[in-house]
Amino acid sequence: MEGKKIRVLIAKPGLDGHDRGAKVVARALRDAGMEVIYTGLRQTPEQIVETAIQEDVDVIGLSILSGAHTHLFPKVMELLKENNIEDIVVIGGGVIPEEDIPELKKVGIEGIFTPGTDTHDIIKFIREKVK
Amino acid sequence: MFDKEEMKKIKQLKKEWENNVVQKTLEHFSERKDKFVTGSGKEVERLYTPVNLEGSDYNKELNFPGQYPYTRGVQPTMYRGRFWTMRQYAGFGTAEESNKRYKYLLDQGQTGLSVAFDLPTQIGYDSDHTMSLGEVGKVGVAIDSLKDMEILFNGIPLDKVSTSMTINAPATVLLAMYVAVAEKQGISPDKLNGTIQNDVLKEYIARGTYIFPPAPSMRLITNIFEYCFKEMPLWNTISISGYHIREAGSTAIQEVAFTLADGITYVDAAIKIGLKVDDFAPRLSFFFNAHNDLLEEVAKFRAARRLWAKIMKERFGAKNKKSLMLRFHTQTAGCTLTAQQADNNIVRVTIQALAAVLGGTQSLHTNSRDEALALPAEDSVRIALRTQQVLAYESGVTETVDPLAGSYYIETLTNKIEEKALEYIERIDKLGGVTQAIEKGFIQQEIQNSAYQYQKDIEERKRIVVGVNKFKINEGSPKGLLKVNPEVGRKQIEELKKLKEERGSYKVKENLKSLEKAAKTDANLMPLILDCVKSYATLGEICDVLRSVFGEYKESVQL
Repeated sequence: MEGKKIRVLIAKPGLDGHDRGAKVVARALRDAGMEVIYTGLRQTPEQIVETAIQEDVDVIGLSILSGAHTHLFPKVMELLKENNIEDIVVIGGGVIPEEDIPELKKVGIEGIFTPGTDTHDIIKFIREKVK
Repeated sequence: MFDKEEMKKIKQLKKEWENNVVQKTLEHFSERKDKFVTGSGKEVERLYTPVNLEGSDYNKELNFPGQYPYTRGVQPTMYRGRFWTMRQYAGFGTAEESNKRYKYLLDQGQTGLSVAFDLPTQIGYDSDHTMSLGEVGKVGVAIDSLKDMEILFNGIPLDKVSTSMTINAPATVLLAMYVAVAEKQGISPDKLNGTIQNDVLKEYIARGTYIFPPAPSMRLITNIFEYCFKEMPLWNTISISGYHIREAGSTAIQEVAFTLADGITYVDAAIKIGLKVDDFAPRLSFFFNAHNDLLEEVAKFRAARRLWAKIMKERFGAKNKKSLMLRFHTQTAGCTLTAQQADNNIVRVTIQALAAVLGGTQSLHTNSRDEALALPAEDSVRIALRTQQVLAYESGVTETVDPLAGSYYIETLTNKIEEKALEYIERIDKLGGVTQAIEKGFIQQEIQNSAYQYQKDIEERKRIVVGVNKFKINEGSPKGLLKVNPEVGRKQIEELKKLKEERGSYKVKENLKSLEKAAKTDANLMPLILDCVKSYATLGEICDVLRSVFGEYKESVQL
């Protein structure tokens, strides 16, 4: 693994166009030495998982602001399982109410980063999870 | 504004003050920072004096309110005549629930409505589309057909309120539905007051709810200009929006520059289809953000007003006074709201709202304290509205027009923002205009760079956000957040099914076919869309027809 760059897919599931956070995180991860692929807006869970497979990523970061995370995040996890790629670390960010977090963690989202998060915390989290 | 002798003296005294008085102070007591900057990162001097305004001409650059170049406001008496319209953006769940919220807001003294549509509606999908899963009714109200729109405005006389609708790519469809609802209330289109956002360029740049490629999108926009010129003289045909550009991370200067550049593009497009500038320009309206840096924001609004007046006069040769006036709505900055110690947001919103009022806004939305966490709960919305009412009735800033004018700092900032925004506009012109600049990714990248810088400044604590990177506390989880009824999606789909069984499907088919045919020509599509809507064709059906003719926009992202 020495020297291999961590590969991250930053994805925007759902219909909302608020991609400021996704783009800032993508750049912060890239500046931290990771390879970052950004999907652009309106990605279905199927498209996200397909891109993750094609790009052979270690991490998927899901960004959403519309409130559809309770539907879309578990769907992504389901598809990862179906494709036997559950080793990919999945994290999420956006306006996600605290009460929804336990449910998202239960389906396998490892970290949820809400507004006010320092990008260094995300970088650290990813480095610890992807060994 | 000062004669030569006096200016010379001020300059000399200022130098002496700096060398003697300031220097002495700095020797014992250094300043907090090496460099002071505005909220947008522009350097701020220690002190502003008449020297900063050397050579400025009051009559030319400021003049009087209601007079070119409108720096001091578009009306002669401003808030001494009437306060701004207090207009809270609202909508969630079903049309029925949103209707209740509107009635509540009107009861609380709100003076205009502002409709938030859910994302499927904004992107032209019916609630039963696969892309709509999980999104129905979430960030706004779900509208599938005229039937929903009838419920949304049930019991609200449309000739008595002004309504703003945040809808862009399918603006023609929602405007048609509004006209049809009014008709059922016995109100003709020429009596309707309100605004349709109808600004697709900023969707490509910053907001993301586009459907069609630029060319047909511009056509739909100018179709509305033309239709409204003939049928709806009181309607604001577009709300050219800097709000979302700023939310995406731009600076104040970029907000002014990119918004006015979008405005130029719309004016060009309308002229190109044969409309006369003074026929449609009086109904153009704008929408800006109000961020935290109070004084920079006030200067921004003033600079935007002056620059637009000059553009309309010099670039487009507009003659009608109303064509030169930049009238705008303001919303406080959602991106400044913190999830941490959320009640502090009330204070932020107050400062931002004050900026909008001191900047001469025509209408205002104040954000609610809990919006970094969820859609606002009713009591949070009430506080936000009360904030405007306190500013209007208690603060005293409304009693005279443009009270900050003449402040050396404000006027210097106003000049600076105008100058720098104009530089951007010239760069965009050189790139071939906004559409080209978007295609090349220029505008998006400029905004992204600013957004990234902003985040880095917070993380390096060059920029302090109270409760986020300083003055933190341990707090429990927030209580009383609004939860959208999870049944909305299911309910909406059931209703849609019922509608499709009940309506006369022959007429729907015929109307959609006519629309398809007309879309392939240069015809104005508004009358055809009106026919579709009145026969209860759904939003999704209408947009599907247009998709099949126009194709869909694909964004290209550069990080």
